Amino acid sequence: MIKVVNLHKTFGNQGVLKGIHLELETGKITTIIGGSGSGKTVLLKHLNALLLPDRGSVLIDGKDITKLGERELNEVRQKFGVLFQGAALLDSMTIYDNVAFPLRKKTKMTENEIQERAEERLEQVGLTGMGYKYPAEVSGGMKKRAGLARALVMQPEIVLFDEPTTGLDPLLGKSIHNLIGKMHATFGFTGVIVSHDIPEVFQISDRVAMLANGIIEEVGTTKEFLASKNPVVRQFLQGDAEGPLAVL
Amino acid sequence: MLSLLAWIGRSTLQQLSGMGRMFLFLISAFAWAFRPPARIRLIVHHVRSIGVDSLSVVLLSGVFTGMVMGLQGYYSLRKFNAESFLGSAVALGLLRELGPVLSAFMVTGRTGSAMAAEIGSMKVTEQIDALYSMAINPIQYLVSPRIIAGLICMPLLTAIFDVVGIYGAYVIGVGLLGVSSGSYFAGMESSVVFQDVWSGLLKSISFGLIITWVCCYKGFTAPPMATGVGQATTESVVLCFVLILVWDYFMTSVML
Repeated sequence: MIKVVNLHKTFGNQGVLKGIHLELETGKITTIIGGSGSGKTVLLKHLNALLLPDRGSVLIDGKDITKLGERELNEVRQKFGVLFQGAALLDSMTIYDNVAFPLRKKTKMTENEIQERAEERLEQVGLTGMGYKYPAEVSGGMKKRAGLARALVMQPEIVLFDEPTTGLDPLLGKSIHNLIGKMHATFGFTGVIVSHDIPEVFQISDRVAMLANGIIEEVGTTKEFLASKNPVVRQFLQGDAEGPLAVL
Repeated sequence: MLSLLAWIGRSTLQQLSGMGRMFLFLISAFAWAFRPPARIRLIVHHVRSIGVDSLSVVLLSGVFTGMVMGLQGYYSLRKFNAESFLGSAVALGLLRELGPVLSAFMVTGRTGSAMAAEIGSMKVTEQIDALYSMAINPIQYLVSPRIIAGLICMPLLTAIFDVVGIYGAYVIGVGLLGVSSGSYFAGMESSVVFQDVWSGLLKSISFGLIITWVCCYKGFTAPPMATGVGQATTESVVLCFVLILVWDYFMTSVML
């Protein structure tokens, strides 16, 4: 269980998160939606302490990770896999080496075992035989799939997805969503997706939370969320320029 | 008047806190360098990129620096009928000052800028965040091996610069302008003492630290925007040049 309690974050004079309260259920996929610049990625980066809050806490299995030292934090981070917005593959390495990298650095597996696991993940994301290529030599969709393979290679309990379909065409976006759904069914991780790719992302989400004006405006199951009468949620879902959400 | 004082105060505080962050970064890099696992392969990789890849530019600049020193030295010394001191003038100039400083400039331009750009690009494209998220400390993985490699490579490159510079001046002085080969090397032998050699090498080690430290720090703190990498690269090169010259003065004043 991930629990976010009264999270505040300010950059310069700009308050981005102004008291976030959110519970993310184990084994479920929760999607956080919100307008561009609403702080979704900032919130996501607090979940594995890539950013630290000004105030508030993030509890992973009851442990406040904002108060942990380097060693303990690294232990917690090993529970996580992260798919970054641009995949964030290490561009000095091939795709295969990127996927094998966490295994080489963080496990005592033999090179044969590493190869077996890395090739299995590459096959699961449809990149069989592409491992020898460098990130600069493959398309955006392939980078995302390679990033997903790397995020899942350590068999993490929690996987964070930062706008997994941004920059992809609708067909490729759908294939990434399907892949996330398939991987979730296979591995049963707790997933947190940050996206504004609606309604497509709802197909793989168990729960949806909406971030607006620095707080969680609404949270519930996908069905409850779609039926919400909250004017902020309605405006966002319908894509209206007029309403309580300031667009410009 | 008050606003001017406030601006001066704010700027001073910003500079001081920036310097503090740079020093903490260096301390952290040293602390991580001694924590297992040892990154021998990475150190070897960076020795190649700092040392081997800078070799051609160091050789070229070394030989031409020596040739210029041969020419200038010869015409200056001739005014005092002291052409036979050409060898010692060239050797002392190269070993004490020009060798360490110019080879450091070459490495800054050739490798330091690439270092800042590479790490800056990793910062902007979230690769550094990716390392953190995989529980791998980016300072241990990216910075400490580069600093160790810089400390290893700079004295070696400087020694090479010194040697090719001395032979560059030899080609001009002895080969072209008629200074006797014997007096060229005899003058060098009688005037150069071991302190001249090690003071230059000590300087080059400290320059190796400055280059890798400043360039890694600037890359690490590159602003996360399109122009961030360019800005980090420019700032790292300028700061390296300035720090090398300032530090060179202090080291010279202490070691003379």
